[in-house]
Amino acid sequence: MKLTINGEVHDVPDSVQTVADLLRHFGLEGKLVIVEQNRRVLDRDTYAEVPVREGDVLELVHFVGGG
Amino acid sequence: MTANPAAVQDDVLQIGPYTFRSRLFLGTGKFSDFDVQKRAVAASGAEVLTFAVRRMNIYDPNQPNLLEELDLSRFKLLPNTAGARTVEEAVRIARLARASRLCDMIKVEIIGDPKTLLPDPVATLEATKILVEEGFIVLPYTNDDPILARKLQEAGAHAVMPGAAPIGTGLGILNPLNLSYIIEEATVPVIIDAGIGSPADAAKAMELGADGVLLNTAVSGAKDPVRMAEAFKLAVEAGRKAYLAGRIPKKRYASASSPMEGLMF
Repeated sequence: MKLTINGEVHDVPDSVQTVADLLRHFGLEGKLVIVEQNRRVLDRDTYAEVPVREGDVLELVHFVGGG
Repeated sequence: MTANPAAVQDDVLQIGPYTFRSRLFLGTGKFSDFDVQKRAVAASGAEVLTFAVRRMNIYDPNQPNLLEELDLSRFKLLPNTAGARTVEEAVRIARLARASRLCDMIKVEIIGDPKTLLPDPVATLEATKILVEEGFIVLPYTNDDPILARKLQEAGAHAVMPGAAPIGTGLGILNPLNLSYIIEEATVPVIIDAGIGSPADAAKAMELGADGVLLNTAVSGAKDPVRMAEAFKLAVEAGRKAYLAGRIPKKRYASASSPMEGLMF
């Protein structure tokens, strides 16, 4: 399944079905990740239920040092 | 302002629903060393820390992140919309930041020019209106323009944050007159943000009557950021106390400190 993540196209295995699966796939479970899916910001509680689909455009963002 | 000891004792900063004892807000960018950054945060006594929102490096998710090491019960996060050049970009970043559920404060920062990094006043005002409407605690970084500051307050901003000088320049307070106009008229806290170079600048801002100071480079870029963070803590406290104490007026001629009475000649 092809997804656009942070501006790059990634081919992820079909076992990735939800946003939570996707975070696990990249080793991001337990990290503070904020997810935007097709320009919609997701509620952090819903990652395990929200499906990812072919062609989704996702942003995985977090807080970094800044002034 | 009258010097009321009880009031001075209980001198806190209120922004929206939040109360702070420290009036120094510290930016967390551009620290060369993670450990130094943590120690500088501690030395500053800051209770408000700013952050930026950026894409994760999904190839290297285990890079150290200050946020993971902070006791979030002791700090309030003030994410910024840095990087935004439009109202839409700023609102998008603000919504992402709030989705962390760690904060509902947002520093609106919409840059209007890549060289001076001065804020776009029109877009800043527009984004402030939208974010106030959406229930954020909104602290816009703004030009040192009193009329704009007034309009931001009318739009519901919970504080206004005029710059002392362009971001990262360390030029200090370039227009104390305008800042004093903003402070005099303000109905919400005024935080002097950007351009502070040294603790003297921070003390000066506080003596002008600012409610707080936000700085980053002046600490992160110092030779010894930890020591400088403490210097700023002391300067902000000194400036605040001096403001509450009420400085003497400036006079053109001298007045002796020692009595003329009892002189032996």
